[in-house]
Amino acid sequence: MSTGTAATGGTAPARLPGVLRLGLSRGWLEIRAFAREWEGIVFTFALPSLILILFAVVFDGMFDTAMPAVDYYLPGLVAMGLMSVSFQNLGTEIAIERDHGGLRRLRGTPMPPGAYFAGKTVLVAFLALGQLVLMLGVGALFFDARLPSDPASWATVAWVFVLGTIACSLLGVATSSLARSAQAASAVVVVPFLVLQFVSGVFVPVTALPDWVLYVASLFPLLWMAQGMRAAFYPDVMAAFEPSGAWDLHMVALALGAWCVVGLVLTLLTFRWKTRKDG
Amino acid sequence: MNDTAIEAVGLTKSYGGSPAVAGIDLRVPRGEVFSLLGPNGAGKSTTVEILEGFRRRDGGTVSVLGEDPGQAGRRWRSRIGIVWQRETMLPKVPVRDLVRHFAGYHPSAHDPDEVVERVGLAAKARALPDSLSGGQRRRLDVALGIVGRPELLFLDEPTTGFDPEARRSFWELIGDLARRGTTIVLTTHYLEEAEALADRVCVLAGGRVRALGAPADLGGRAAARATVSWTEDGGHREVRTREPTRVVAELAARFSGEVPGLGVHRPTLEEIYLSLVSGPAGSGTAGEGTA
Repeated sequence: MSTGTAATGGTAPARLPGVLRLGLSRGWLEIRAFAREWEGIVFTFALPSLILILFAVVFDGMFDTAMPAVDYYLPGLVAMGLMSVSFQNLGTEIAIERDHGGLRRLRGTPMPPGAYFAGKTVLVAFLALGQLVLMLGVGALFFDARLPSDPASWATVAWVFVLGTIACSLLGVATSSLARSAQAASAVVVVPFLVLQFVSGVFVPVTALPDWVLYVASLFPLLWMAQGMRAAFYPDVMAAFEPSGAWDLHMVALALGAWCVVGLVLTLLTFRWKTRKDG
Repeated sequence: MNDTAIEAVGLTKSYGGSPAVAGIDLRVPRGEVFSLLGPNGAGKSTTVEILEGFRRRDGGTVSVLGEDPGQAGRRWRSRIGIVWQRETMLPKVPVRDLVRHFAGYHPSAHDPDEVVERVGLAAKARALPDSLSGGQRRRLDVALGIVGRPELLFLDEPTTGFDPEARRSFWELIGDLARRGTTIVLTTHYLEEAEALADRVCVLAGGRVRALGAPADLGGRAAARATVSWTEDGGHREVRTREPTRVVAELAARFSGEVPGLGVHRPTLEEIYLSLVSGPAGSGTAGEGTA
């Protein structure tokens, strides 16, 4: 560490601040800024819990699943909630920052690019953990939802949480580049996300889907996140209702791991600090 | 230490075959306030973006603070400051926290609270960026641009949309920075702004330098003929002359007292500028030769 005289004299140049420190500083800034955007809090953070409450109240006793509605929907909605704070949040927010020159401004400072992504990682980790706690809290406190009971199931929740959130975050960063303007961002991000919710077992059981829809949905991470969460939350007998009649956790890990790699490659290939009109 | 802040030789840049910058040479010494003037499409923005390291050049050599901006890294970035033309999005956190955060990017930043004070936002230190007026937003942009103690500051049309009073008080802020030794590159549409702030003015049109000099003698302004006008026999009279003082003295002797309707007029910077940019090579239409 070169401390002391270096900062003041004109002799040795002071050290540039480190990536990790700036990443944490950016993460804190991102969290504070997010907390002031009530629209973001409603649409990306609170909406899944709101849907959980609605489904738990409205659909209870409507289906012969032999499960309370809250237990039936909780794992899928948790998966959706994680995708919301990662994919939807980053996809729209980064597109807006890019279109409104926020990214360009950062690029004009000595902030290392890694610090920006570290800051987003801190933000998403914070929101994703908050999302999980909020949804499980709402389910357990108000509707007496069934939570995983053994350590192995919690371990499944943990790794599906981590892999799924990383995969969706990277997919969100890559998708932000598809939006040519801030206004286009919500259409480019929210519409595909909504479609995925309907074909990935969040609202409708995947076994009810036509085969080709199921195949297409299997190409995206949400279906696997929901399946992984069901494996952790549902009683084991429910595995019979999965497409293959089993939880197939190795396939969940494989698909989500593959999406982490694909998402990283897409992000590295597509990420831009400027818009097209900036040249 | 090198006393040149910016040196560009034979700078060129084309978009889709049409040259935006068609061979520009510039040298800006340290400590100077250097203003780039020109109509839209003259190549101002492209030139500045190349100097800032935001655009690749097609040809020529460029050195900014001793480094090629196209290759420069974080250390170089910490030595320049940029105040962007467009209002850019800022995170929703209070002014002082934002300035403090940006200070953290730099190795030897100013005290953030002092910077907030210097740009005249002390009373707004706890306000969110969205709640600021246009002029206050620009002051915040300047605060973020200077908090890293830059040796060179780029100001891109900083007072567009200001009322005259806000503009004057903004000029004082920039003048203060200049007196502290910051080299400033100012692009502007306002001639009186260049005249008030700049040591030298460079007029660009059609991707080329049309004139370069102190505002007072740009385009031969100091040596240009003055027009002396007066009223005689119920009519307007005027002569164009290089010796307005002698003409006025003769008139004073002839009228033996007050000369009716006496006026002495030298071309304003605006008149010189308009004659420069509407020259034969066209005003901003990039039709000429080399690329």
